Amino acid sequence: MSAERIELGPDEVRHVAALARLGLDDAEVAQLAGELQSILGHVATISALPIADVPPTAHSLDVAGALREDVAKPGVTREQALANAPDPTVDGFRVPPIGA
Amino acid sequence: MAAVDVIGLTAERAAAMLRAGECSSEELAGAYLERIEVFDPALHAFLHVDPEHTLAAARVQDQSGNVGLAGVPIAYKDLLSTKGVPTTAGSKILEGFIPLEDADVVARGNAAGLVSLGKTNLDEFAMGSSTEHSAYGPTRNPWDQTRVPGGSSGGSAAVVAAGLAPWSLGTDTGGSIRQPAAFCGLVGLMPTYGTVSRFGVVAFACSLEQVGPMTLTVRDCALLQQVIAGGSERDATCVGLREPIVLPEPGRLDGVRFGVPWAELEDGVDPGIRERFDASLKLATELGAELVDVELPYARHGLAAYYVIAPAEASANLSRFDGVRYGLRVDGPDLRSMVEATRSAGFGPEVKRRIMIGTYALSAGYHDAYYVQAQRVRTLIRRDFDAAFGGVDAILLPTAPTTAFPIGSRMDDPLAMYANDIFTLPVNLAGIPALSIPNGLVEGLPSGLQIIGAAHTENTLLRFGAAFEQAIGFDSVPPALRGGAA
Repeated sequence: MSAERIELGPDEVRHVAALARLGLDDAEVAQLAGELQSILGHVATISALPIADVPPTAHSLDVAGALREDVAKPGVTREQALANAPDPTVDGFRVPPIGA
Repeated sequence: MAAVDVIGLTAERAAAMLRAGECSSEELAGAYLERIEVFDPALHAFLHVDPEHTLAAARVQDQSGNVGLAGVPIAYKDLLSTKGVPTTAGSKILEGFIPLEDADVVARGNAAGLVSLGKTNLDEFAMGSSTEHSAYGPTRNPWDQTRVPGGSSGGSAAVVAAGLAPWSLGTDTGGSIRQPAAFCGLVGLMPTYGTVSRFGVVAFACSLEQVGPMTLTVRDCALLQQVIAGGSERDATCVGLREPIVLPEPGRLDGVRFGVPWAELEDGVDPGIRERFDASLKLATELGAELVDVELPYARHGLAAYYVIAPAEASANLSRFDGVRYGLRVDGPDLRSMVEATRSAGFGPEVKRRIMIGTYALSAGYHDAYYVQAQRVRTLIRRDFDAAFGGVDAILLPTAPTTAFPIGSRMDDPLAMYANDIFTLPVNLAGIPALSIPNGLVEGLPSGLQIIGAAHTENTLLRFGAAFEQAIGFDSVPPALRGGAA
């Protein structure tokens, strides 16, 4: 499997982890840097293909989305919606303060 | 309760027994539950079993007369939501989650009178090819318990192979039905994209995945596809079937043209797999089919394209797990640190890897180079298949380049794990159907023959599959299970 060298240091791994809202410890950052370099190195084998004029495919379905009548149907109750919440209040989801 | 012998029992035969009154649904479910109790502690194929619930559901079917498939048991991959029954997706982040609704495929199963035996193990969020990435521990292959059952639908494969369920549902995003079917000696169908509803399937990569049957026979596969396929108001990408699924009869293959992409077989295929594949090509010609050389020049880039597109979609889909509305929460002093701590504790290493790859590929400065380029390759792979299907009725490939590998042997090398899906990924990228059927044993382990067709040719694939199935004459019962001891 041919692979291109992709440079991905700890700072870049931490930046991507922050975008993905993943808390990583230093050991995970070091391990992921190596693994992502190897995976992205393989992925980069397609970067050099001269296919800039080919239209991208986002979805393999050729037909338009299946639509239904725009009629209201019963949804879930507030109680049901809160049933799986780790920290529900009577009428909502409780979260820690937004800014520390 | 009369003991029902369920080893090697097809769903079709089980339904006939129920209709003829040879056994009740309760007896049938009881026979499977007894085997689950004996064999599952070693195999670890189920994540959730509730015998009382199962037997109660079976009694309901017995009371309503067991018409059609009613009363036949089934197992569901734990990626499929089940109302009131825990659904984990193989992840700690969903431990204890109780869905409010059934997935459409489960609702269709219920409407047909199928009786759930439980939820099966999988790689976390269906990300993997061995079921070793389950947060609840690996499943073992009934053919050799030192080996993986394949993945991500490894639990659904193992339960059918071990006679713990007559059939099951899996999901396939890059080979997750077909490869475990091949590793465990089963039939598995990846349906045409958009023919089966994804409502209630915990989402991994929406543009690639479908639910499909995992069965002992091609006819069972057709029967279960009849149950689950069809349009849904709750999935806007589900357009349903163009024609009803027909139960196939085995026959000859006179006049059929099979494409063989020889160049794709040149390296990376185990010699034993190649030998079995070549033997089935010879069988095809003996049954009257013609072999035609086809080229799929961009299929070899499928792995690279897939490992941009699938992680990109996954990174977006998995952003919903934030410790607010359901699942695990790890407390933190502010919202952001709570979300980061929750996701860090709740996701396993492979899920984190894929979220990282996907986020990187979608991030500013890299989006065009990775994501859009991968989508262009996707277009070219579709064109390859379109061109090939201009001259052939179906394409034949091995399902996987190896047989089941030893547990632990690929866990330190993500790329080696990904490479096992080299023959299945291009099919998902193109959105076309493919059937994997048992293709005989290689050193005592099952191998798979993959029959790939143009969109909406399931009936053709099932007919070809039935012809191969009869000619190959595979015995789907693992020798270790024959005598009763695993």
